[in-house]
Amino acid sequence: MTDARTLIADLASAIAGGGIEIVDLTNVLSPDFPVIVLPSEFGQCEPFRMETVSRYDGNGPAWYWNNISMNEHTGTHFDAPAHWITGKDVPNGTVDAVSPQDFFAPAVVVDICAEAAADEDFIVTRPFLEAWEQANGPIPPRHWVLLRSDWSKRVGTLSYLNLRDDGAHSPGPDADAMRFLVHERDCVGLGVETVGTDAGQASHFDEPLPAHSILHGNGRFGLQCLTGLDRLPTFGAMIVAMPLKIKGGSGSPLRVAAMIPA
Amino acid sequence: MSRAQAPYTGVAVCAPITVPYQRFSAEPAHWWAGRALRLLHENTGLRPADIDGFCFSSFSCGPDTAVGMTQHLGLTPRWLDHIPTGGASGVMALRRAARAVQCGDAELVVCLAADTNQIDSFRHSLAGFSRFSQDAVYPYGFGGPNATFALITDAYMREYGVTREDFGKLCVAQRANAGSNPLALQRKPLSLDAYMAARPIADPVHLFDCVMPCAGAEAFIVTTPERAEELGLKMAQILATIERHNAFPEDPVQLRGGWAMDIEGFWQTARITPAEVDTLQVYDDYPVIVAMQIEDLGFCNKGKVGEFIRANEFTIDGDLPLNTNGGQLSAGQAGAAGGFQNVTEGLRQILHAPLGDQVPDASIAAISGFGLVNYDRGVCTAAALLEALP
Amino acid sequence: MTAARERRDPLARKKLRHVPSGLRSRAMHALSARAAQGLFALQACTECGTATYPPRDACPLCWGELAWTEQPSGAKVLCETTIRVSTDLYFREHMPWRMGKVLLDAGPVALVHLHAALHPDDRADVRMMIDRGGNAALFAVPAGDTDLMSDPQWREFIVPIEGRIVLVSDARNAIGRAMVKELQARGAELIVAGLPGPALASDATDAVLTLDRVQAIALDVTDATSVAEAASRIGGPLDIVVNTARHVRAGGVSANPGFVEQRRAFEVSAMGLSRLASTFAPMLAGRPNGAFVDVLSSAALVGDAAQAGFAAAEAARHSLLQSLRHEMRGAGVRVMSVFTGPVDDADHQALPPPKVAPARIAASVAEALLNGREQTCVGDVAQDAMERWLADPALLAREKNL
Repeated sequence: MTDARTLIADLASAIAGGGIEIVDLTNVLSPDFPVIVLPSEFGQCEPFRMETVSRYDGNGPAWYWNNISMNEHTGTHFDAPAHWITGKDVPNGTVDAVSPQDFFAPAVVVDICAEAAADEDFIVTRPFLEAWEQANGPIPPRHWVLLRSDWSKRVGTLSYLNLRDDGAHSPGPDADAMRFLVHERDCVGLGVETVGTDAGQASHFDEPLPAHSILHGNGRFGLQCLTGLDRLPTFGAMIVAMPLKIKGGSGSPLRVAAMIPA
Repeated sequence: MSRAQAPYTGVAVCAPITVPYQRFSAEPAHWWAGRALRLLHENTGLRPADIDGFCFSSFSCGPDTAVGMTQHLGLTPRWLDHIPTGGASGVMALRRAARAVQCGDAELVVCLAADTNQIDSFRHSLAGFSRFSQDAVYPYGFGGPNATFALITDAYMREYGVTREDFGKLCVAQRANAGSNPLALQRKPLSLDAYMAARPIADPVHLFDCVMPCAGAEAFIVTTPERAEELGLKMAQILATIERHNAFPEDPVQLRGGWAMDIEGFWQTARITPAEVDTLQVYDDYPVIVAMQIEDLGFCNKGKVGEFIRANEFTIDGDLPLNTNGGQLSAGQAGAAGGFQNVTEGLRQILHAPLGDQVPDASIAAISGFGLVNYDRGVCTAAALLEALP
Repeated sequence: MTAARERRDPLARKKLRHVPSGLRSRAMHALSARAAQGLFALQACTECGTATYPPRDACPLCWGELAWTEQPSGAKVLCETTIRVSTDLYFREHMPWRMGKVLLDAGPVALVHLHAALHPDDRADVRMMIDRGGNAALFAVPAGDTDLMSDPQWREFIVPIEGRIVLVSDARNAIGRAMVKELQARGAELIVAGLPGPALASDATDAVLTLDRVQAIALDVTDATSVAEAASRIGGPLDIVVNTARHVRAGGVSANPGFVEQRRAFEVSAMGLSRLASTFAPMLAGRPNGAFVDVLSSAALVGDAAQAGFAAAEAARHSLLQSLRHEMRGAGVRVMSVFTGPVDDADHQALPPPKVAPARIAASVAEALLNGREQTCVGDVAQDAMERWLADPALLAREKNL
C-alpha cells in the first residue's frame, strides 16, 4: 500500500511539473468536424451539433449551456467491441461495461508517415510490422498500437476524408497485420489519426474491414481521429482514454491524453 | 312615387353658433362641444335644464357617443340622437330635430357637431374609417379622400367638359367670401393664377381644391316659434328637406348624388324655384362636389355646370352667393362640424347676423350636405330650404 | 465577388422598410387567400349570380349568400389619378402612385393600382396580386403582352431576379443544381450555392458550381453554426433565399420507421427552415424586394404512408412557413411556397412517372418570384393534391392513405 501511495504521489508531482508531460491527442469536437461517410444505402453517422440553450440571456440570465447531439462515433472517439458484429457477444463489450482498467494503457507508436505520404492507400501488412520490429524492437503486450500517419494534419481540408468517386482513400491495416497485433502481440487496441481504424478502401479487401472485425471480435478497442501522435515517443507513452458511460453504447466521443517523459 | 312630405309646421330654427376654428387643437371633441354650449348660453341664456332634445355629431369623440356626451355636458334630454353622417349631418340633424319638435317629442333640441384635430389625428381617423375603405381604397396609394375625389373629378371633367378653371372660379369666389369672415382660417385672397399654379395632390386635384382639416364646433337649436319668441331669438322656418343614402349604386362613377333622386318633390314641397334662393350653402369638400350639387339641386341642367359657372358670380355680392363664410375650402373643415356650417351660415345670412358680409336682402337659403365616403363615393346626401320668419 | 455588388454609404442611417396598412375584413382575407393561389376570384351571389366587390357578407341585390368564384379578369379603365401626397409611410416612399377605377367585365367597379401605360377608356387585364403587406390587391395592366417590369409600381408586387443576390440553400441536390442554373440564366447578380458536407474535391470543377456569378459555400441547414458561418461569408446584401434542402427517405410510422432518417428529415425540412429563416430573415428584411422561397413537397398537405417521416417533416415545414409569412409581413419580405410532387431525381428512382423535372421546379420558382405568386404547384401531382386538398382535405387524407 505504501508503495502504491508513493507511486501515486510521485505520479501527481511528475504530472504537476516534475517530469511527465501530458499530450492532448484529441481533435476539437465541432459541427464541421467530418464524420465517416458510408455508401448511401446505409444509415449515416450524425455529425456533432450544438444549440445554445442560454447564454446569460433571457433563457438563462446567469448561465451558459448548450444542447449537443452526435453519433457515438463522431470526432475523436472510442470503439467498443460491441461496435462490430464480430464483437456482439464479447463480455463487457459495450462502453458502459468496459473495465476501467483498460482506460489506462501504454502505447507504442508505429510511424507510417512516409509511406502514407507516398501512398494514401498505404496498407500496413504483417511483413511491414515485422520489419518495423526489426528496426525498433518488439511491440510489447497489452499496449495500444498507434499508427502515426500525420493524417491529422489534413483536418480542415478535403483530403482528410479524401472522398473521391470511388470512395475514401486513407491508410490502414490488412487482416494479417491485425491478426498479428491481436493474437501475437496482444494489443489493447488500435489507434489511428484517420476517421476509421480501417483503411479508406478496406471494404473492398478480401477480408473487408479487418481492423474492426478482428479487433472487436477479440474484445479489443479502437481509437479514431487522434491527433498529436507526432509528439509521442515510439515507446514509453501512457494513454488515458475514458469513453462516456453510455448504457449499451457501441462507442463514445472522448478526450484522449498521453503521459510522456518531459 | 313617394308620399308628399308634411310641412314643418310649428318649427323654428335659430341661434347659429360657431366656436372659432383652430388648425390643430390638443383639446378633445368634448371640450369643443362644451365651448359650443357655453357660447349658446351666452347668446341665449339657455341652461342645461332648458334643453330637452340633443342631437350630436362627431368623428373624434370616441369612445363616447351622444350618450356619453349627455352625462359629460350635464344634459337630461327626453330625445337623443347621434348622427354619423359627417358632411350630411347638419341637414339630417335639422330634419330629425324638426320632426321631434313638431310632434312634441321635444320642445327645444340642440343640434351640435364638434371635432378636434390633433396632430396626426387625420391619419388615425382615416385608418379606421370604413370597412370598404380599409379593404379596397387605402391599399391603393393611401391618398385618402383626395384620391377618391380625384377619380370622381377626373371622370366628371371628362364627362361634362368642366375645366380646372371652372373649379378655380368657385374656389376663388369662396376665398373672396372668406375675406370678410374673421373666423375663416384662410382669408388671404386667392387668384385664379395661384389656383392654377398650385401643386398637384392627386391629379387633377390640386392644393386649393382641398380643405384644411381643423378643430371646431357648430350648433343651432330647433324649437317652437313660441319658445324662440320667449327667448327673444330670430328664427327661420323649414320649407322642405330631402335625404338619401347610397343613391344610384349602379353608376360606375359618382357623377350625380342622391339629391337627383328627390329633387322634384323638394322644390314642389317648398313651393319655390331655385331662382328664388338668395344664398346657397353647399358641402364643399372638393369643388367637383359643389358643381355636382349646383346641378343636382336644380340650379342648372345636368352636364351644364361649366357654362353655369362661367355665366354666374358666386361672391357675396354675386348672382348666387355661395358658401358665404368661405366654405370649408377657406374657413376650414372641422370634421362633422364641417357638415353643420352650411346650416349655421345659411341661417345667419337669412337671420341677418352673418360672421362676415351680409348677402343683401337674403331671406331664403338653400343648404346641402354630402357625407361619408364609404368606398368610392359619398354615400349620404341631404338638402334643406330655410326661410326667415318675420 | 464583391466588385459587382451595390455600393452603399456606410454612414447612411439604415433604411427602414414599410409596408401598406394590413387591416382587412375577414371577407377580404378570404380574397387574399385566393389571390395567393393565383386565382382571380370574386364573390358571386348563390341566388342571383351577381358578382360583387369589395368583399361583402351578403348580396347587395337580393341578400343571398355569397360564394367565391373565378371571374373574368378583363376590365375597362374608367378614371385615373396620380397620388402625390399620402400620410402612409409605405406609399410616401413610392410617390407618385398611379391608381384608377375600372369596370370589371365581371360586373363590379374596383379601385386598382394602375399600370403606367393605362388611361381612361383603355381595355385592361386586372391581376389579383399580393401587396407588400401580404394582402390581395388588384393591379390593372394593359391587355396583351406588355413589358410590365418597366413599371416601378409593378415591381413592388413582384420579386425581380435580375441583378439580385440569391442564396440556394442546398445546391448539391438536383433541385438546387437546377435552381442555380435557372437563376444564373435569369441574370441574378450573384448566386450563393450552399453545399452541405462532406465537401468533395470535385466541387471545385463542378460545371454548375463554377458558372459565372456562382459562389459555392459550405452550408448545412442542420447545423446552426454552419448557417451562421454561411451568413457571415455572404456578408453583404442578400435579396432572396431559395430553400431547396430536403431529405427524402422511405419509411413508415409503426412499420420500418427509420428513426434516424425520420429525425434527419425533420432536421432538414423543419428545423432547417427555422435555422435559415432566423439567420437570413434580418438580411432579407433590409432589402426592398426581399423574398424567401421554399420548395416543399405536396405530401406536406396530407401525409404519405410510404414516406411517413418525410411527409411529416414537410408538413412541419409547411406549418413553419405560415408562421414565417406572418413574421415577415411587417418587413415586406415575401414568403413563397412552391409545392412539388415526386421529383425526377435520385431520391425517387423507385417511383414511376409522373415526376417533375428539377429544371421545371427551378423555372416555377423563378416564375413565382417574377409574378409575386405566394403559392405555386409544380406538376400534375402537386396540382392535383392541392385542388383536392382545397376541395375536401379530409377526403384527400383518406384517399392518399388508404
